Order: sequence, then C-alpha cells, then structure tokens
Amino acid sequence: MNIVSSSPTTAAGAPAPRAGRTVARVPEHTVEIVSDSGEGAQKCGQIFARVSAKMGNGVWTVEIIPAEIQPPARTPASASGNRVRIGTRPVTNWGDHANLVVAFNEQVLLHRHRLDALADDAIILIEDMWAAHDDPDIRLAWSGAMEELGGRAYRFVPVPMEEQCLTVLDNPRRGKNMFALGLLAWIYSRDLDKIRDLIAQEFRKKASALYDTNVALLELGHQWAEEHLDFRIDVPAVASDRPMMVMNGNQAIAIGSIASGMELCAMYPITPATSASHYLSDIFEKFGGIVHQAEDEIAAIGVAVGASFAGRVAFAITSGPGLALKTEFIGLAVMTETPLVIVDVQRGGPSTGLPTKVEQSDLLAAIFGQPGDAPHVVLAPATMEECFLSMTTARRIAEAFRCVVIVLSDANLATGVQPFPRPDVNEHWLAQPPDLSPVAEGLRPYEWDADRGISRRLVPGQPGGMYTATGLSHDEWSHVGYTPDVHERGCVMRSRKLAVFQQMLKPPQVYGDPEGELLVVGWGSTLGAIEEAVDRARAEGLSVSSLHLRFLSPLEPGLKEIFQRFRKVITVEINYSDEPSDPFITPENRRRGQLCWLLRAQTLVDVDCWTRVPGEPLRPASILQGFRDHMPQEVKR
Amino acid sequence: MTEIGGSLLSCGPFEEDREWTMDDYASTLARWCPGCGDHAVLSAVERVLETEQLPPEQTVFVSGIGCASRLPHYLSTYGFHGIHGRALPLATGIKLRRPDLHVFVVMGDGDCCSIGAAHWIHTTRYNPALVALMLDNGVYGLTKNQTSPTSPKGHPSNTQPRGAILPAMNPLAVTLGVTNVSFVAQTGDWIPAHLYETILAAHRHRGFAFVRILQRCPQYTGALFDTAVRDPGLVELLTHPDGVTVPDLDRIYKNQQRHDPADLDAARRLAEPDGKIRLGVFYRNESLPVYDEMRRTPIRSTAEKLALLNEELDRYAV
Repeated sequence: MNIVSSSPTTAAGAPAPRAGRTVARVPEHTVEIVSDSGEGAQKCGQIFARVSAKMGNGVWTVEIIPAEIQPPARTPASASGNRVRIGTRPVTNWGDHANLVVAFNEQVLLHRHRLDALADDAIILIEDMWAAHDDPDIRLAWSGAMEELGGRAYRFVPVPMEEQCLTVLDNPRRGKNMFALGLLAWIYSRDLDKIRDLIAQEFRKKASALYDTNVALLELGHQWAEEHLDFRIDVPAVASDRPMMVMNGNQAIAIGSIASGMELCAMYPITPATSASHYLSDIFEKFGGIVHQAEDEIAAIGVAVGASFAGRVAFAITSGPGLALKTEFIGLAVMTETPLVIVDVQRGGPSTGLPTKVEQSDLLAAIFGQPGDAPHVVLAPATMEECFLSMTTARRIAEAFRCVVIVLSDANLATGVQPFPRPDVNEHWLAQPPDLSPVAEGLRPYEWDADRGISRRLVPGQPGGMYTATGLSHDEWSHVGYTPDVHERGCVMRSRKLAVFQQMLKPPQVYGDPEGELLVVGWGSTLGAIEEAVDRARAEGLSVSSLHLRFLSPLEPGLKEIFQRFRKVITVEINYSDEPSDPFITPENRRRGQLCWLLRAQTLVDVDCWTRVPGEPLRPASILQGFRDHMPQEVKR
Repeated sequence: MTEIGGSLLSCGPFEEDREWTMDDYASTLARWCPGCGDHAVLSAVERVLETEQLPPEQTVFVSGIGCASRLPHYLSTYGFHGIHGRALPLATGIKLRRPDLHVFVVMGDGDCCSIGAAHWIHTTRYNPALVALMLDNGVYGLTKNQTSPTSPKGHPSNTQPRGAILPAMNPLAVTLGVTNVSFVAQTGDWIPAHLYETILAAHRHRGFAFVRILQRCPQYTGALFDTAVRDPGLVELLTHPDGVTVPDLDRIYKNQQRHDPADLDAARRLAEPDGKIRLGVFYRNESLPVYDEMRRTPIRSTAEKLALLNEELDRYAV
C-alpha cells in the first residue's frame, strides 16, 4: 500500500482526469465520516447530509455508532460516524459500499474495512499524524493497519487535520469534524452559507464563540481542500417542485405525534428510541404537551394508559426490552379498550442485544407477545415520511376502535435522514379535546355494536357515564363476570373490531410486474433496499417483484391472490431464520423469518424467507444475491 | 335556561345544584369476606366523598390487584381497576392530563410495598395531587395466604409455613425517607371516626397523601391487630391541630402524643417500631413541588398549534 499524494488519479466512477483539477460527475456517491467516539464525525455527517438535501440531492444516512459513549480511542470498536449516500434522484437506502471516506485515524477505518463497507476504489482522506507519531506503538499500529488495508485498491489522501486545526483551537478532538466538513464541502461543492446556517442551528444562535470557532474550522478545511486537492465530485441536484423537509425517523415520530394532537409522551431511557423523546422534551411544552420520564418502562406505559383513560390519547416510546416490560399493561389497555399508541424503535435482540443497531425482530412479540387473547393493531412505517404520518394514523385508529396500536420503527429509520415532501399539517390531524358532555342514563361503558364490536368511549368528567374500567373479564356494564357467555362475548367484541378495521384497508401495490417468478415481501425500513435490489434484478433479466406491507396486524387484504400470481414468494427481513442448508435444519424444524411465519399461517402459501441479522441495514447487493439464490429452480441463474 | 343547559338536564342524573349523599356513591354490594376491614374503608371513603361533595363524575378511584383493589367496583364514581402494583402510574397519568379530577388510589400491601414498590417510592417523590390508601393486612389474601412484605416475622403462611423469615417492612419509615414526601398518615380500620378523619385530611392535602390503613383480614391474619383492637392502651394517637384530631376518641384512646406534622425528624422517630401502634398524621408539608402542577402546560388552540407546527417544520425545510 502506497500513501499517494493528494491527487488520486481517478475518482470513483469518474472519467479519466484531464490536466489539472478534475470534476467527476456521478449520479450518486456514498460518503463515510468515521472518527473515535466523541470526535464529532456524526455531527459532520449529519450537517453534510442536511446541506445536500437542502441543495436538492436525494439523501439517506446511516449512523455508525458504538454502544458506549467513549470506548478506548484508536480502536476499531471506537468507530463512530455516519454514512451519507447522496444522489441526483431520491435515495432510499444506504447502498452497498462507500466511495469516499474521511477517517480520523487508521483504526476506525480498519473497522469499516473489516465490515466490507468500502468500495474497492474508495478515496480515503485520512489524518496523517499517526504515521510519524512520537509513540512507537501508534506507528506500529499504523503500519499494521496499512498492511491489512493494502489488499484493496483504496486511494489514500493524507490530510494534516490535527496540524491544521491547531491553528484555530487548542483541542483538535473538538474541531476536526468541522474541518472535515470543510473538506467535503469543497469536494462536493456544497453551499457554505447553508452550512453556516446549519451550524448556527446547532448552537441555536449565530453570535457565539462556539459558532465562530466551528465556522473558522469549516472554512479552514474548505481552503485546505482547495489548495491541496485536485479532484472534485459532482452529484447534480434536481430541485424539487414541492416543498421538502429533511429529518430522521425519530424526529419525524416526535413532530408527527404533535401533529396528531397527542399531548403526552411517556418514556424511560432506551436506545435507540430516546432521541425522539429528547427532541420532544425540547419542544413539546410550547404545544401544550409533556414528556414524562417515568421510573421504569412499566410506569411509563401506565402513565400513558392513565392519560388516555382520562381522555387525552397518549403514547409511550420504547425499544424491544421496554416493549417486553410493557406487556401486562398492553393487555390491560386491550381489555379496558383504552386507546393507546406505543412506538417500538426496534434494535437487535434478544435481551440487551445490539442496542444501537437495526433489527426487525420484535414483530411477533408486538403482535402476539401478550398472554391471553389481546387483539390490537401493529403497523410499520417504511420511510421517514411514514414515521411522521404513522403517528396521526395510529392515534386515529386507537381512538376510533378504542384499541392499542403498536408502531414498529427501527434503528435504521430512527437515526437515518431522508428528505420528504413537507406534510400539510391541518386541524383534521389533531385529536379533538375529550367529549365531557353528559351521557344519557343507561348508556353502557361497553355498548358494543353487535356486529362491529365498536363502542363509544366514556371519559371521566362525563356526568352519567361513571363506570369502573377493569382488566377482569366484564360485560357491557364493565361489571366483572366470569361466566362463559360474558368472557366469550368480550373476546369476540374485542376481536371483531380488528376485522372491521381490516376491511377498511386497501390491498398493497406490487412494485414491478404484478405477476412473475419471484415475489419479495418486506416490511419496515428495508423498503428502499429491497426495491433497489428489485430494479437491479430486473435489469439482469430476473422476474422479480416486491410487496411492502405497512399493516402487519391485521394484515392488508388480498395477499393470497397477489401471492398466487408468482411462482415463489419470499420475505426479506432483518431478523433471524435458519438456513435450510445448515446442519440439523429440516423443513419441519426450520425457524423462519417473522413475517414469513405470519404469511404462511395467514395465507397457507409456502412462503420462504431470506433474512440476515448483520446489525446493519441490508445492502441492495446482498439482497440481490438472495434473490438469485431463491429464484425458482428452473430459472435460476 | 340556555339550550345547552336544557339538553344537560334532559340527559339524566346531572344537576348543577345537586347535593350528594353517601348512597349516591354506593354501587353494587361489596364481595369482601364478612368482618373484612375493607368494608370499613369503603364506608369511610363514602363519608369523605359526601362531606367533600365530590361529584361522582369528577372523581376517579384507581386500584391495583388484590382484595383491597376491588374497592372502585363498589363505588359509583369513575374507576380504573388496573393491574397488580401499577395503580400509581395509572393515577399519575390521569392526574397529569386531567388536573380537574379528584383521584384516589387504593392498594394493598403486596400491591404497594412489593410488586409496585418502585412506583410507591417514585410517586412519593413526584408528589402528584393524589390520595393513596394502602390497605395493609400483612398478607396476600386474594391469592390465598402468602407472606407479604409487611407480614410480621414468624407469621405462618402458605409460602412460609414455619413463619415469616424476615422482619416486616416498615412502610411508614420507607415513605418518610423519600425525598419530597409530603403527607404520611396511619389509621386503623377498627376506628371508623379516625379512619374517616384521616382520609379526609389526606384528600385536603395539596400533594401526594400516603395513608397506611391497618386492616384486618379475618381469614388469614385475624390476630394481627387483635390485641390492639381489644386493648386501646396499645394504640397511641398522634394529635395536633395540623394533623387529625378526633375529640370523641379521647375517652377510649388515652395514649396520645402531641406531634407537629411539620417535624420530619420526629415523624421518622415515631415511625420506628417500639411496640406501640401510632395512628395519626406523621408528616405534612404543602410547600413542596407537586408534579402535576409543575408539569402544567398552556392549553393551545388548534390555530396556535398549527402555527407552531409550521414554525417547527420550517426548521427542517429544504
């Protein structure tokens, strides 16, 4: 491995360089910024993503994040940062490999290399202070890393980040990220004014010493790049004709909950859900809402159930381990028909699992996790925009059907950033204030419509409506009853509501041809990666289409008819399934993907699955390989 | 009478100037065992509701699971009979968004001091404006006689048949040890006048009013308070103008100690076991932060909310 000069001969996917400075025009490019935890690479990536979105590029980001706050520096485990994939067209997933990397040291770079995150011809801008460091151990680590990295055709651009930053501030650990942002701003011709605005937003005001320092570092990086780099990358942007916004899924859930009119978010700190409540804590009160940080996950949902019972629909936000703890209260909300929204930002499990990394393995727990029969709605947004919209949808369903709605997001949506059309918030989204008007004498608290199971919700404060909600089996008066007729009727009524709701849903749309060889079914954050893989498969001549489900319980209608138009149906999911070829695995004992189980049970179609649990979002290239492996035998390539 | 008022009257029981009587708060016949102390608590509660003239529709009784937690079913107010140990979070949620409601919590000793202990500690600290009645009979009754955290050492049960292994927990001392504790009282089901006055004082307190009610379970811990019931000499009443005073009791309960409920140190000393059963208000402080008051937020009109939302969305505009 040679450390080349500041002038790599070609940029990824770029035409051969002309004399002097080259500009490589590409339809998309994937950038990674990686540092030790605490050096701020994430902030750099976030601002780079946001400015790119503001300039009209398609954007998708993924956080690279360790579970600890500051693991030992200069170790692969310390790698922290962001992948930002930008494109001329909308970007729907994180892609396969990074084309350009800014690395603050060789160890964090090694981490990405070992995960096969970097393209063979990736350009790597790397802090060069380590090669000739005073500490012989560091020099040794550097040369060892370079040897390991040498197997690839990476092109290195040494950058004296620390040396440069020291001209502006004393502690470069706190400033390299803005210098790196300056480098990227020059390479990708980002609008410096827009970046300055974003930095100002970070510090809430422009006139501060912190702002001045950060802008000085940004400009320094920009200037250094201009003086030393002889390549630029141009990802043309197409300005949208619609007003657009850019935010991550947790921010979208937070503002979406306000736009839905909910006024109470009850939570207990858990990754990766907390950032939504951080944001809500900052802004909710001016809207008349509050975030209640409870003493534990159980108390959090208890407070939400109490507030909902009292007429103000509330939501609880958590992740898998928290969902498990909330189980008994979910049963109570179902039994008492108290409207409630629960957001589960899924992470890897079981147990503490992968706290900061994506997985879709709470699906069956969300649907079936409650002892006893506890019918409720489970839905899963697939994009940041859907995170926003799902909160109003969930609140409305919860109120109209007096039921529990679980919204399954995940770490990929939660921390990823994507531009989307600005929602037209309006008064119809907001919850109505509780109806406290008197009710006629004799109105029963569960006056179930015999066919539909739906009943009017009575709220404390309503004269004439007094009743005691109970988790015990009860009749229409909410009187405790243990006789077979009382219990069976209650079960039927609570279940019937879901059937009525299911009939209101539309059949999902197939992406690609409505019939063919292979149909791929997904749910949640994998939408973009699956559809990109479908596009590539079709370009290869494979007959592949996909279907993405938003409602998981009840399932959207018409699935069996759709499935029957394909020779084979598989699910693609980020959860565990046994490989059929593994030792001891037979069709009889094989454990399948979670949506796969569900679809098989519901449709009696022999649905197969391709699932992975890498602790990172699925890459289109690996999904595509999954398609190839699963093509019906006769047409397998 | 306006049109709205007219429709209100036609709707049935709602009348603005109605006077509520104890009967108005009663519901179905209670299903507790004969001789169970819970009956006395129900009566005292109904008396308090009558005294305070709380409209049934503005009143919510929240409970957990256990014999005591059945109490809301026997009242005609709103009620939420929840799950074991979790009445306090439910009640906190109700009070947080509906400060206009009068919220009472009814729990047993297993409910409060065992499975719900975290909520007991933290609700004491949040100090929301709730009345919490902890009916302590020293046993799990509904599940048929298991040792509870407040079972006296040596008391046999189905789970510790050779007697409770550990000394009983002291709920008063625990509550008095929590930061921001604002009201702690103890009373007994066998002294109805004291029971009533104590619940009344709890309701009038600004903040979280924790009342431990020593409650007899004739089925499993019948002997627990027997000696105290038979021998008033074992009982010491804490009296003070700021606490609970029941003049009629002077003749029977001659052991009285004047205790200023403002004195937390003294309250903690009096809560330590020394063979006496002390009834009265141990501690009361209305100058502490009350969670639901601290968390009040402005009520925004739809137009205001939409304007603020659009302002917030502007921050993310591309």
